[in-house]
Amino acid sequence: MSDCSETLRELETFLDNELDASQREAIREHLGGCMDCLQAFDFHAELRLVISQKCQQDEFPPGLLSKIELCFGEDFDGDGRIG
Amino acid sequence: MANRSDFAQQAMPYAPQLYSAALRMTRNPSDAEDLVQDTYVRAYRGFATFNEGTNLRAWLFRILTNTYINTYRAKQRRVQESDLADVEDLYLYKRISGMDVASRSAEDTLFELFTSDEVKRALEDLPESFRLPVLLADVEQFSYKEIAEMLDIPIGTVMSRLHRGRKAMQKALIEFATERGLLTRPEHTATDV
Repeated sequence: MSDCSETLRELETFLDNELDASQREAIREHLGGCMDCLQAFDFHAELRLVISQKCQQDEFPPGLLSKIELCFGEDFDGDGRIG
Repeated sequence: MANRSDFAQQAMPYAPQLYSAALRMTRNPSDAEDLVQDTYVRAYRGFATFNEGTNLRAWLFRILTNTYINTYRAKQRRVQESDLADVEDLYLYKRISGMDVASRSAEDTLFELFTSDEVKRALEDLPESFRLPVLLADVEQFSYKEIAEMLDIPIGTVMSRLHRGRKAMQKALIEFATERGLLTRPEHTATDV
């Protein structure tokens, strides 16, 4: 089981899901018994979610799909023209 | 080996994700459109080399990232890494969970605290060498290994850029919230929070 300073130090890598199984288990065990660290974990997990969701809310340009599809047409007939 | 006639059907559903990422990279809708279009043209040409059964999304993002780095990066204003704000670890958490939250009730979530524009700006304002790893990890959920391959840098570099980039992004978010009066300025200096 990890202590608080170790848990906070590894929190970022833990949230990235990049710790090996035994490190992950040690952090998980500590979070299960430490409200302070659990709170820090919850905060950062929520922050990740907010960043990921808010950075994907972009209006897709209406003409882009057809523009891309026209580009594929170029290679189908090989006549050197798009479309 | 992948069949070209399957390309549109398999690859086109990723267009909105690729466009959002392209916007964060280029910070400009017209360059982002061109970047996505170039990415699809390159992916289509190279589709025969794509191993079916491997991760098509990661493959497309790798082409997007490479195309951006090779084609569009030269046009962008280069920001020195030394311009990157440095704050202590867990800075945002300490500020928000501390005593200096002005108008935040217990029910308020981080989701309501920051607007989409603020989060996007905090990410887009990062110098590119930090912006790309944070975008690929936090928004697109790629692993350290996938990001290291896409950016052609060692995994340790991915980790240190993520760490510094995330902290700088948190500092920007705090500043936005403070500007809007949602957080009060701390009475003490940031270094002894």
